[in-house]
Amino acid sequence: MKPGSQRPAVTTATAHAAVETAWRLEWPKLVATLTRMVGDIDLAEDLAQDALVAALDQWPREGVPPRPGAWLTTTAKYRAVDRLRRDQNLASKHALLAQTLHREQVAPAPTVDPDEIPDDRVRMIFTACHPILSRPAQVALTLRLVGGLTVEEIAHAYFAAPPTIAQRIVRAKRTIASERIPYAVPEGDELSQRLDAVLDVVCLIFTEGYTATSGASWVRTDLAEEGLRLARVLVHLLPDEPEVHGLAALVELQASRIRARSDVDAPVVLLAQQDRSRWDQLLIRRGFLALHRAQELNRTHGREVGRFALQAAIAAEHAIARTPEATNWSRLVKLYDQLGTRFPSPVVELNRAVAVGMASGPASGLAALKKISATRRLDAYHLLAAVRADFLQRLGRLDEAVVEYERAANLATNDAEVRLLRSRADAARRDARDVL
Amino acid sequence: MRYLLTVNQPTSAQQPDDPDLAQSMAELLEEMAQAGVLLDVAGLRPIEEATRIHLSGTEQTVVHGPFAEAKEYVGGYCLVQARSQDEAVHWASRFLALHRGGWDMTMEIRQLDEAR
Repeated sequence: MKPGSQRPAVTTATAHAAVETAWRLEWPKLVATLTRMVGDIDLAEDLAQDALVAALDQWPREGVPPRPGAWLTTTAKYRAVDRLRRDQNLASKHALLAQTLHREQVAPAPTVDPDEIPDDRVRMIFTACHPILSRPAQVALTLRLVGGLTVEEIAHAYFAAPPTIAQRIVRAKRTIASERIPYAVPEGDELSQRLDAVLDVVCLIFTEGYTATSGASWVRTDLAEEGLRLARVLVHLLPDEPEVHGLAALVELQASRIRARSDVDAPVVLLAQQDRSRWDQLLIRRGFLALHRAQELNRTHGREVGRFALQAAIAAEHAIARTPEATNWSRLVKLYDQLGTRFPSPVVELNRAVAVGMASGPASGLAALKKISATRRLDAYHLLAAVRADFLQRLGRLDEAVVEYERAANLATNDAEVRLLRSRADAARRDARDVL
Repeated sequence: MRYLLTVNQPTSAQQPDDPDLAQSMAELLEEMAQAGVLLDVAGLRPIEEATRIHLSGTEQTVVHGPFAEAKEYVGGYCLVQARSQDEAVHWASRFLALHRGGWDMTMEIRQLDEAR
């Protein structure tokens, strides 16, 4: 019996929408598989498009097949053979492909279940995040080829013009082709290095959504959800890598606070002011589970805890505090110490200084900031000035606090953050006047 | 966006013999997890074991199953994170398509109100 034969008649428009949705969801896997077969991303995308045309013709009549991905892959393969017959140029250009496809046609593999073949998306992720590409190119390629977003959606998410993003993707694909980047999952020592880049890209996508660096709203839920989704996909594609779970733990725990981070009256709600009853308990639970898995895998592999698992442990520490006052700041200082020793970064030092300021008071926090200021590496980072302003304010050094809040507001690029910092500056200024 | 997908089955319906269902359902759920979509899934114990509490004004009435008047009941649910309602509908449709042999059931796709 055909799977769709029991279905009631649906309108053509609804049927087409259903085909489009199915196709879009299957698209990354489809293109990843076709790229392995034909060795060229552009050609793979063309063949995927051919499969869509076939699906639009067949599915509205017969229903979406029970395994749309397998259907599309098989169809794309046959279309590839058709094309090769029609187009001799293409055939000579892709002689290897022609051989492979003809061989497969002569002796078709006995009902290969595509789900049992290692997922080609792993290859695609490592290709999209290859170190030869710039970070913006890696981000765009990952969202397009792994996330399956359209150029327009990516452009919208990053406030860019669609042609700019399209150009970026075209150039990146050209680089992949001209540099002959192998379409493969790296092995051994290379794997951990290359995996770092993949995790960075996914984290960056999430973070831009979680704390938008530009635009009117501070939280871009769509982009954060895309990052979350990619992190969850990675967990299933690379289940043995502890840091993949570490990243998943971090983004689940961070995402649990999204609802509390922003509301109509206050576009930026900082951790201490958040209504903790709005924290998402489902995501917190998922975050803790992922963190647990990361730690377990680290133990099994005899590895030290990685940077994402460490950051997740920090996020988890906040997640278990029922009130801001209940936060175990000295434990957080220790975690930041660990993070800063293993993975030194001025931003980690800044966060450590915040924890020190909470654990031992603003004077100690200010002292911790001095070390960061001396490096001058965060001079242009608005949060360094904002944290300093907060310490100064708590010490009653209000005039200095006003100057630092203003400096922070001038450096910030997100509209909502700028407004918050200006209002803090105004408040400190008023307090300074009241003291006089 | 999150959607709750509930499976509603008529109480009268006999469950058809469908030996491949468990396996194909496990595969689909795995696929949904791999796609980063599946948050939670569970089937529910038979409706005969359920209890209902009705509030009218301040008066509560407790009724234990089976319920004579029930035409349809929720047999299971699935919580997904999807980009759109269309995507949630797609997964629901994939789920229904696994059922062969004359099932009669409805899936309801409801978006969670996450603004509150």
